[in-house]
Amino acid sequence: MNAPERVIAAGAEVLAESLDRQQVDVDRVDWTPPPAGVEDALARVALDPRRRDANALALARMNAAGAVVVDARPAAAALGLERGHFLHAGPPITWERASGPLRGALVGAAMLEGLADDPAAAEHLFASGALSWEPCHHRGAVGPMAGVVSPSMWVFELLDPGSGRRAWCTLNEGLGTVLRYGAYSPDVIERLRWMGAVVGPTLRAAIRARGELDVRAIIAQMLQMGDEGHNRNRSGTLLVLAEWLPHLLRSGRSQDELADVVAFVAGNGHFFLNLCMPACKLAATAAGDIPGSSVVTTMARNGTDFGIQLSGTGDAWHTGPARVPDGLYLGGFGPADANPDIGDSAITETAGIGGFAMATAPAIVGFVGGTVRDAFATTRRMHDICVGENPAWALPAMDFRGTPTAIDATLVVRSGQLPQINTGIAGSVAGTGQVGAGLVNPPMECFTTAVEALAARAPARE
Amino acid sequence: MTRHLEVRRGAYHDSVTLMQVSREVAERDDVDAVLVAMATELNLDLLADLGFSRPPDAAPNDLVVAVSVSDPAALDTALAAVDAALDRRRRPDPGGAEVEAPPRTVAAAARRADADLALVSTPGRVAILDAVDAVDAGLDVMIFSDNVPLSDEVALKDRAAERGVLVMGPDCGTAVLGGVGLGFANVTRPGPVGIVAASGTGAQHLMCLLDDVGIGIAHCLGVGGRDLSAAVGGRSALAALRRLDAAPEVELIVLVSKPASPEVAAALAARARELSTPVLMAVLGPGSPDLTAVAAEIAAHVGRPFPPTRRWGPDTPAARPGRLRGLFAGGTLCHEAMLVLADGLGEVASNIPLAGQPQVGPDDDATGHLLLDFGDDQLTAGRPHPMIDPRPRLARLRRELADPACAVVLLDVVLGHAAHPDPAAELAPFIAAASVPVVASVIGTRDDPQGRDRQAAALAAAGAIAHASNAAAAREAMALVGTRR
Repeated sequence: MNAPERVIAAGAEVLAESLDRQQVDVDRVDWTPPPAGVEDALARVALDPRRRDANALALARMNAAGAVVVDARPAAAALGLERGHFLHAGPPITWERASGPLRGALVGAAMLEGLADDPAAAEHLFASGALSWEPCHHRGAVGPMAGVVSPSMWVFELLDPGSGRRAWCTLNEGLGTVLRYGAYSPDVIERLRWMGAVVGPTLRAAIRARGELDVRAIIAQMLQMGDEGHNRNRSGTLLVLAEWLPHLLRSGRSQDELADVVAFVAGNGHFFLNLCMPACKLAATAAGDIPGSSVVTTMARNGTDFGIQLSGTGDAWHTGPARVPDGLYLGGFGPADANPDIGDSAITETAGIGGFAMATAPAIVGFVGGTVRDAFATTRRMHDICVGENPAWALPAMDFRGTPTAIDATLVVRSGQLPQINTGIAGSVAGTGQVGAGLVNPPMECFTTAVEALAARAPARE
Repeated sequence: MTRHLEVRRGAYHDSVTLMQVSREVAERDDVDAVLVAMATELNLDLLADLGFSRPPDAAPNDLVVAVSVSDPAALDTALAAVDAALDRRRRPDPGGAEVEAPPRTVAAAARRADADLALVSTPGRVAILDAVDAVDAGLDVMIFSDNVPLSDEVALKDRAAERGVLVMGPDCGTAVLGGVGLGFANVTRPGPVGIVAASGTGAQHLMCLLDDVGIGIAHCLGVGGRDLSAAVGGRSALAALRRLDAAPEVELIVLVSKPASPEVAAALAARARELSTPVLMAVLGPGSPDLTAVAAEIAAHVGRPFPPTRRWGPDTPAARPGRLRGLFAGGTLCHEAMLVLADGLGEVASNIPLAGQPQVGPDDDATGHLLLDFGDDQLTAGRPHPMIDPRPRLARLRRELADPACAVVLLDVVLGHAAHPDPAAELAPFIAAASVPVVASVIGTRDDPQGRDRQAAALAAAGAIAHASNAAAAREAMALVGTRR
């Protein structure tokens, strides 16, 4: 037995100082008490003999999950979505509590489906209960911002070859006045119709001809090219387009149509987000349903509530009020125009990229908060609340350290360090569209209630 | 008089730091009273004692700053002094250029760098969280905190056994690993003796007595005051015995414990006989040798002489009628004194009484003989240990010295790492002003930061009788109590 050379000290400073004076290296924990009332639940979860192995398994499954894009097709076929039924981002919500952008997107989708001729008629159908809706996550899908999916919209279909599990996401419409930000003007509906008629079938031909394309491998590359996979997807978009391009050219579509589709994809830096998200969804789902695990498998917002799911609590949603993001605004918009946080796109942070990989995206640090140093600090901070890292998604600027992966809800509650999410900002009034982009955190409430729910399933503390 | 009370939401500082801040500001001439503390129930009561009304919505994670000054003009400077003192105790700003923000949990710290050990002294209700982090990371952990639920202790120790790591504590005040002292620990020389301790101050006392006769310590592994209870079953003691047995530098193992479950002690003794290193069992209790006798036994075992223990101060004064009042910072030292006194004095009340003796609350007035342990769990919830913060014991000392029924006061003065920098200086004015004789055991070594001999000399200069042996101090105090029956 040897004298300790390096000691971790949590608690009374006087004990750490005494080690300083004995020339022992001390790693001081900047300890703060957990929120009042959750102490017993934390202890129960900490002492649950299943937890450590369960979390290690959740991390391993998240890292091992595959994601290949196998098809593009209408949601009616892919998801079995019936006429009059819609999917949306975030946890479940009633029409009364639904935010402006979510209502706007549902209204636009109803008009797209030919269920209503004008917004007022569409609103009435939703308010009266004639139409129905449920979270994308309930069907294994994910949607950015309002995340609304209707039967005629085309979706990408991704497969995890190991498990046979599938995940879906709509095709990205571009930026500005778009349905996912709650806009439903005629040009929005017109674009969606064109996407269904031209973009979807054209991409399907290329996807099927190309064969299974490994989306996780593209994510690995884009993370080394300055994209974090949530607010910046520029290189991912170009990489996927390069993979499909030969097959697009051989698809037999007219030259004009091909030029339009290629210009549409190449001109939308966020196009790849809608492939990144279902790939992350497959990883998060792979980590689900492990008894005793405190790993977060979903973070999603509907514009009113922020909801999370834990591996150890199955399908239960743990919610709190969504916060208004802190960010930069487009044109004449300002914070007063912003809707609270919305979208399933926090599935990227759930799988360890987006805000968690800020250190790799210096180009957007001004956009999302500050200096390059802040970006490094953010990624380091996220490592402190995760079970481990994903070695396949290595960040060059962090000496190729893997992305922080598998958020442990108990570490969030204990440290007070909330997951860092990069996000777009929707206008709060239905029909407005995007007003900005920035940074947001979930409310702590999601994590405290999640830990309490997990504790209720843990062995009793005598 | 101007009173200022503010609640700072969510501004957490540990209780030792806040005590230091309060003390520093209280020393200002222009401040009448000050309390800078977390808004725990206990501290809110203290606030009321100072004449402040309780802030209605303060929660335990909020900081309360209460200052009273006689000159209203002094308030701003007093508050500035509070802020300055708080700032000075804050760690270097992690927001600076290249400095990485510190970890917030032991789990995060363990992931960042390979440490040898974790030392957890967070509040007892939640100390288990960081302790589990350490065990899960494969680290030995010392839990200084007390008030940890018993079932948590058992569950943690079972998990540690699976992982092959050692849990020292909870309520482990002392450990020495290859000469490095953790928690309250004296500066001892290296040597052949390994100690397994279910008693912090008991282990400290034993190490100091051995150091005095030139016998060094290889390691002292604390296991927590409850480890040898029937509920915990000696889980850590067994692991610690095996650790020491495997260490070639350990030639003799001593297991020292507060009174223990006889079944657990017997089971451990049986396991100890299976080891290749000889094990001396020293479980305190009626009829068992006191710590000084144990030290003598160890000396005999390693072939060293054990001369009479040292004494400082005036000649023994004449006995006088009245009662003995003992005020202790060390639980085991209090216990040992009660065992010594039980033979001579009959009924001795305590907040940690021996079997069959009366139990009293820590604030109760005493009529008979009384020994109080100020380090008991009940008295340390939400506040520093009396070896760090002498104020509660000093307040009681003042009360006892003023009691006409008090014939003699018995104290322990524990030195070493993490203990108060100069306890004799805190006690001396009270002792010098008292007409009642004061007998103190001084638990320390020559190499301790406070210097055992300097502390004993300072106590003696104030008029106290000081002993290097706690049992000897108890015996002399007992002799000063006249005419019993």
